[in-house]
Amino acid sequence: MKKINFKQMLLDGILYKNPVLIQLLGLCSVLAVTTSIENGLGMGAAVTAVLVCSNLLISLLRKFIPKEVRIAAYIVIISGFVTMVELIIKAYLPALDKSLGVFIPLIVVNCIILARAEAFASKNKPIPAILDGIVMGIGYTIALIAISFIRELLGAGTLFGIQVMPDGFQPMLMAILPPGGFIVLGCLIALMQKFTLAKEEKALKAKSADTTPEIEIKAEEGNE
Amino acid sequence: MFTEILVLMLSAVLIENFIFSRFMGCCPFLGVSEKPDTALGMGCAVIFVMTLASAACNLVYNFILVPFNLEYLYTIAFILVIASLVQFIEMFLRKVVPSLYNALGIYLPLITTNCAVLGAVILNMQKYSDMAKGQSLLFSVLFGFFAAVGFTLAIVIFAGVRARMEYSEPPKSFRGMPLALVAAGLIAMAFSGFSGTTLG
Repeated sequence: MKKINFKQMLLDGILYKNPVLIQLLGLCSVLAVTTSIENGLGMGAAVTAVLVCSNLLISLLRKFIPKEVRIAAYIVIISGFVTMVELIIKAYLPALDKSLGVFIPLIVVNCIILARAEAFASKNKPIPAILDGIVMGIGYTIALIAISFIRELLGAGTLFGIQVMPDGFQPMLMAILPPGGFIVLGCLIALMQKFTLAKEEKALKAKSADTTPEIEIKAEEGNE
Repeated sequence: MFTEILVLMLSAVLIENFIFSRFMGCCPFLGVSEKPDTALGMGCAVIFVMTLASAACNLVYNFILVPFNLEYLYTIAFILVIASLVQFIEMFLRKVVPSLYNALGIYLPLITTNCAVLGAVILNMQKYSDMAKGQSLLFSVLFGFFAAVGFTLAIVIFAGVRARMEYSEPPKSFRGMPLALVAAGLIAMAFSGFSGTTLG
């Protein structure tokens, strides 16, 4: 059995393979719900819950689902969990339900969940699948919080609804409106690309100086 | 009736454009907008599917879910209807209109996971389910059609912008998606000029 390197998985999920900022999955919900940190956090928690449950069930059923109809089967499983999460949010957090609105049922077609089901859960044992769900969920939530932090701070001058900017600050309303969402996300992805480019250049330099790092990189890829 | 339809058309296409003010369908919007003609193909496929899906889901909701008190299962029901509808359209087109099938071919299966379709269907349910059955069907279909037209308009405009961006030289870290997102933000700003318009 393969040993699970949880620390590496966590780093991958948050930084190197962040589902939003690197893999660019599920951008619709990311752009739509990040007008305030509360909404971002709520959406992140909802997606993480669905992701963990669907990863677990798909991993358990991976030997019973025929290959030809697997996508349809995954969608039914995912929409079942989304309905559960939606009913729970409606019952206990009606304010969040109102502000996220139609984007809770739209978690069904969020590409992150289907991508993880197809790429990871259908090929791995239940425990790694749960861990993968948690890690990717955390990465998604962190990206949502980062975007909504910038948008709420610039657009309303508040964080979690509390005034943090001085009184003279004129809120940039555009940041909360749709154009701001596109521009803030674009700038954040550019920032991530800058880091990955710098890292690649560093790796390239190390490779030309010494051949050992290349072997390490290959070994890492083999573990996945 | 006529003014209501006109208002619905303008608001679905321009004022509440699916991409620039509701953020639905961003994945295909960013994914297949590199060339204007592929963007147009995707747009046509979406118009086709979204109009039919609006009608089918409205009928399923009014005649299956409501009579059996199963409204809370709407997410599962709608996604199944959309997935099977897409599959059915694919088979039908391949048999009957091969030329259209070849034109839309690759984009059809992608539409199942296009959140614009499911989003439009759910919005229809929230907005029009209180109306009389015939009227709610009419308005659902019109809304689905015009929202998809708005989607097509957005994706074609954006593909034109992106084609010109090929020749620009942005900073290294902005290459590709970040620049596309910022450009989309600027178009969204132009579209938000419509949002002050009052209708009706």
